[in-house]
Amino acid sequence: MINYVYQLVSPQIFSIKYESLDFKDDVIVKPAYMSICNADQRYYLGMRDTKILEKKLPMALIHECCAKVIYDKSGNFKKGDNVVIIPNVPSSGNDEIYENYRKGSKFLSSGCDGFMREYVNISPDRLVKFENINPKVAAISEFVSVAVHAVSRFEKLSHSNKDKIVVWGDGSLAYVVCNILKVRFPNSEIIVVGKNKRKLSIFSFVNCTYLVDTLPKDFEFDHAFECVGGEGSYYAINDIIEHINPQGTLVLMGVSENKVSINTRDILEKGITVVGSSRSGRVDFENAIQYMENLELQNRLSVIIYEDKPVSSIDDIHRVFSTDLSTLFKTVFKWNL
Amino acid sequence: MIFAAILAGGVGSRMSISDVPKQFLPLSKKPIVIHTIEKFMMCERFDAIYIGMHPDWISYMEDLLEKFSLKDKRIHVAAGGTDRNSTLFNVIKEIENDYEEAEDNIIVTHDAVRPFITQRIINENIDTAEKYGACNTVVSAIDTIVSSKTGEFIDEIPDRRYMYQGQTPQSFKISLLKRLYNDLTKEEKLILTDACKICIVRDTPVKLVQGETSNLKITTVSDYKIAQAMLGGIEID
Repeated sequence: MINYVYQLVSPQIFSIKYESLDFKDDVIVKPAYMSICNADQRYYLGMRDTKILEKKLPMALIHECCAKVIYDKSGNFKKGDNVVIIPNVPSSGNDEIYENYRKGSKFLSSGCDGFMREYVNISPDRLVKFENINPKVAAISEFVSVAVHAVSRFEKLSHSNKDKIVVWGDGSLAYVVCNILKVRFPNSEIIVVGKNKRKLSIFSFVNCTYLVDTLPKDFEFDHAFECVGGEGSYYAINDIIEHINPQGTLVLMGVSENKVSINTRDILEKGITVVGSSRSGRVDFENAIQYMENLELQNRLSVIIYEDKPVSSIDDIHRVFSTDLSTLFKTVFKWNL
Repeated sequence: MIFAAILAGGVGSRMSISDVPKQFLPLSKKPIVIHTIEKFMMCERFDAIYIGMHPDWISYMEDLLEKFSLKDKRIHVAAGGTDRNSTLFNVIKEIENDYEEAEDNIIVTHDAVRPFITQRIINENIDTAEKYGACNTVVSAIDTIVSSKTGEFIDEIPDRRYMYQGQTPQSFKISLLKRLYNDLTKEEKLILTDACKICIVRDTPVKLVQGETSNLKITTVSDYKIAQAMLGGIEID
């Protein structure tokens, strides 16, 4: 079968790659709903270093996607099963190292084609089945799994006093992390620090929100998740270091393009544990699906999802990336190509 | 019910490079027709897929289905006729032998030598045929169309804005197509080799479905070379 792969060849320019698809042992799935990640948007707009763009493009974007099983020789799935696709392709190696950090692991939509394809052929162990989740919400499963991964690492590495946990940032990632923390640590006080009043108003379920400029002088907490990224990382990380209690755990989740200068003196003095967390593996996806099967959580996630019109042409791909620039949180769309 | 008819009745007389009908020429390690069948198989909406094949090549086609593990209860090979429409109506006859006739049954007809068909085009054909009764996949004409009956002088240059190039699939309600075809005279049946044209001459609207320029028909050596280049440029001589 000849498959259409919609590759970004240079910023804002798509071209179709035609590939002959073999059936072999892989499962063939048809992408149903997709969601745009900031990383996709940065490639689309060309907001990456020229050398990186030269190295990674051409490439199909999108790594957040749910799909339907069309064909499976392996017998693991039935035709029509709803699945989410894990974009991480792990290398074999030390099991102690999570699959998403292993050397040699690949990531679809970072160096190899993401899910903007007519069909996706993929190994059965890169698919996780779901049943009672609205596909438009299931589209952001990868995003949720990243939060699940960060929270599970935090759980393993932090001390037991978790009275106050702060999430720094008011975007989609902060929102999802708060949701998972709320489920995982129902007795903890979850506090959000952000810059945008309108965005903070969406965090209705947390205990308290603050605008970063109006933090109380005696503001303190036990642990923190940094979900800011970009140029804001510098301020967010240093503010957290200033206000966090001794031996707190700081989980870094925001991606920054440039190197960030941070107050290591206070990290040492307070004995802070700094944890880098990005991407996710199969276990995180399975847990994310379990969390998302809860209707209350699904409803909460729906609040940050804007569904754009379906994509049936390359012009429509441009449209959804443009829409995403003006939506406050996540943009999802039905994939009809 | 929804049926597909992949029309592969040709014997390849237009392509001098091979004695093998063009639908069997290899393209990226598979015969062209196999790529086409696989794409149709991926569409769950089809109840059955019929391949209208020249009688001499039916066994060969069956062997290919076996070889490429495409033996599936949805796939049937039917004997083609002398031209495109007779192949199509042979397929319709087979469908009606195998399944119950129904007013709303849909048939999506497609050239076997258009392996670059997309799922979007297939789905839009089904939806449109269900809604309007008949549809034709087209792309806007890029070159200016020039009409000449003598082949020597131009008779007319139609306004390009209204010109389209016809592709396949062409899709129909089977009941409608049969009614129109049975209404044709013997002479008309000889001239009208295109199923959409049958609708047009009987004033039945045919809705347009947006095709793709990549949905090319591999009929000449240069088409074949273009198709190979699109898939990575491997040439087979």
